[in-house]
Amino acid sequence: MTLIILLGVSFFAAIVLAFVGDRRFAPEINILGSAATFIAGVGLAVHVYYEGPMIAGGNFFFVDAFNVYLTVLTAFVSMTTAIFSRRYMRREREHGRVSHWGMRFYHAMFQLFIFAMLLALLTNNIGVLWIAMELATLSTVLLVSLYRTPTAIEAAWKYFILCGVGIAQALFGTVLLYFAAEKVLGEGGEALLWTNLIQVSGQLEPTVLRLAFVFLMVGYGTKVGLVPLHNWLPDAHSEGPTPISAVLSGLLLNIALYALVRCKVLVDLSTGTNMAGNMMMGFGLLSILVASFSLLRRKDIKRLFAYSSIEHMGIATFAFGLGGPIATFGALLHMLVHSLTKSSIFFTVGHASQMHGTQEMSKIKGLIKGNPLVGWGLVFGVMAIVGMPPFGVFTSEFLILTATMKDAPLLAPLLLLGLGVAFAALFRRVQPMISGAVPSNQMPVKASHIPIILHMVLVLIIGIYMPNFLSEWFHTAVGLLK
Amino acid sequence: MNIAAQINSILAALVLLTAFGLLVQRRIYGLLHLFAWQGLFLSISTGLVGYVARQHHLYISSILTLALKVIVLPYILHTLIVRLKIHKEVETVVNIPTTMLMGIALVIFSYHLTAPIRELSTLVTRSTIAVALATVMLGLLMMITRRHAVTQIIGFLAMENGLFFAATSATYGMPLVVELGVGLDILIAAFIFGIFFFHIRETFDSLDVEQMARLKEEE
Repeated sequence: MTLIILLGVSFFAAIVLAFVGDRRFAPEINILGSAATFIAGVGLAVHVYYEGPMIAGGNFFFVDAFNVYLTVLTAFVSMTTAIFSRRYMRREREHGRVSHWGMRFYHAMFQLFIFAMLLALLTNNIGVLWIAMELATLSTVLLVSLYRTPTAIEAAWKYFILCGVGIAQALFGTVLLYFAAEKVLGEGGEALLWTNLIQVSGQLEPTVLRLAFVFLMVGYGTKVGLVPLHNWLPDAHSEGPTPISAVLSGLLLNIALYALVRCKVLVDLSTGTNMAGNMMMGFGLLSILVASFSLLRRKDIKRLFAYSSIEHMGIATFAFGLGGPIATFGALLHMLVHSLTKSSIFFTVGHASQMHGTQEMSKIKGLIKGNPLVGWGLVFGVMAIVGMPPFGVFTSEFLILTATMKDAPLLAPLLLLGLGVAFAALFRRVQPMISGAVPSNQMPVKASHIPIILHMVLVLIIGIYMPNFLSEWFHTAVGLLK
Repeated sequence: MNIAAQINSILAALVLLTAFGLLVQRRIYGLLHLFAWQGLFLSISTGLVGYVARQHHLYISSILTLALKVIVLPYILHTLIVRLKIHKEVETVVNIPTTMLMGIALVIFSYHLTAPIRELSTLVTRSTIAVALATVMLGLLMMITRRHAVTQIIGFLAMENGLFFAATSATYGMPLVVELGVGLDILIAAFIFGIFFFHIRETFDSLDVEQMARLKEEE
C-alpha cells in the first residue's frame, strides 16, 4: 500500500502539474507532492526496518535495506529541491529566463523524474530497471534545455545522444543477462526478477555474465558519469536550471550506481571472481584522478561542482568494486552524504549565480558579506565535500581509505592524490568567491533557508554521531552485497 | 525447421545490409526508407521465429515492431522532415570507404564477441546474434560519423532495432512487460527529438550538429 502511494503520488502530481501549468500555486503543489512522497518513503522504510525485506505487487516490487535507504534519500532530496526551486524558479521566471510553457513543463517533468527514479529503485525486474533509467534520462533532457540558449540546447542534445547510446549498451547487457538466466529459470518474466536471479547466481553461465557486465558497465557507467564516459555530465549540470543540477548530481547518479552495483553482485557471484569489482575499481580510480585534476582549470562554478560529482561517484564506484564490509559500508555512506552535501552546494551555487547574473567564478565575489546564508552555506558545503572532519564525507572517505590500505595498498597513494588535489583545487576556487567586499554588480536575492541548513545539519549529524538505525541499515545492506 | 533457419538468416542478412546502407546514405528520404525496410525485415523475422519456435508472444512483438518501426516512427520522422523543409537536403558524408571498412571490422568483432553465446545457445536463431550486435555497433558508428541531427536520431533508432533483434535471437524476446516498456520509452524519445529538431533549427539555423561546439572545455 505504501508502495502504491509512494509511486502514485509523484506520477499523479506530474499529471496535475501538467494541467496546473504556470499558476501561482504550482510550486506549492510540487512541494506538497514531494513531501507526500517523502512521508510514504519513510513509512516504507519503517516497515522494512521492522519486518525485513519485502516483495510486493506479485513479485514486481522488491524492497531491502539497500534500496529502501536510497528511496528515502531520493524522496528527501527531491522534497528539499522542490522547496528550493520555489524561490529560485520564481526569480528565473521574473527575469524572463523561463517562459510560461517552460514552467508548466518544469514542474510536470520534475515529478515524472522522481517517479522514474523511485520506480528504478523499487522494481524487482532488471528489465524494468532499465526502462525506468531511460525514463529518468528522457524526463530530464528537456529540463536541461529549459533556458533555450544555444549552449543549453547543445548540452541537452549531448546528454540525450550520449546517454541514449550508453543506456542502449546496458540494454544489450540486460538481454545477455536474461539469456543466461533463462537457461536456469525458464522463460518469461520470472527470469528477470532480481530475487530469483540472486538465488541461482551460482548456476548462471560465467562467460555470458562476464560479457554482459562489460556492456552493463559501459551503459550504466555512462549514467554514473564515470571517466571516460563522463562528457555529458559537466555540460548538462552547468546549462540546466540549478534545481535540476542538484537532483541530477545528488540523485540520478546514485540511481545509476545502484543499478550497476546490483548487476555487479550477480556477476561476481556467478563467476566466483572479483572481475566486475575490478572493472569498477579501474573506472572509479580513473574518474577520481581525471576529475580532480580537471577541477584545477574550471572557470564556471557549476562545471566545477559537476566535476566534483564525477570525482565522488568515482570514489563510491571504487569502494563498491573493492568490496569487503568496510569499503561497502563506506560506499553506502558516501552515496548518502555526497548526495546531501552536493545538492546543498548546488542550492547555494544557484543563489550565488543569481546574485551575480553569471556562473563565471571570477565575477562572483563577497558572498559572505552579500548574503551570509549563501556564503557560509557554500563554505560549509565545500568543507564537507572535500572531506574535512567533522562532516559525514570525512567518515565515509576515511572508511574507504582504510579499506584500501588493507586490501589494495598499492592503490591507496593514487586515491590520496586524487583527494588531495580535489581538496586544494576546490579551496583555491571557492576562497576568492566568499571573501572580500560586495562587488557593485551583486544583487540581493531571497535565499531558500530550509533546504541549505537542513542538508548541512544532517551531514554534520551523520559525521559526528551516526544514528543507530542508519548503521544497522548499512550493515544489513553490506550483508546483502557480499 | 532448417528452411526456417535459413530464411531467418536471409532476413538477418537483409537487416545488416540496411544497416550498412544507412551508414552511407546521403539523402534524408533514402535514410528514412532504409530505416522502414529494416523495421519490416525485423518484424517478419520476429514473426517467423515466433511461428517456428511456437513462441506466440513473439507475434505481439512482431506486430508491435511493425506498428512502431515501420509505420509510426517513419511517419513521425516524415512529418518532421516536411515541416522542417529539409527533404531535399543532401548530407556530405566524408570517407565512405573508411567508414565501410570500419563497419566490416565491427561485424567481425561482433562475431568474435558473441562466439561463446552462439556455442551455448540451442535456439534456431543462434546464428543471428552476431548480426544483431553488429547492427547495434553500426548504429553507433553512424551516430559518431554523421553530423546531421536527423541522421543521428535514425542511427539511434537503428541501434534500438539491433537491440530488439538481439533479444529475439538470443532469447526469443524479452518478457512482454519489458518490451512494451522499451517501446514506450522509444515513443517518448520520438516526442523529445521532435521538439529538439525545432529548437536546434531555431537556435542554430540548421540541423547540422557540427555547429554545436560552444561548450568547449575552458582552458
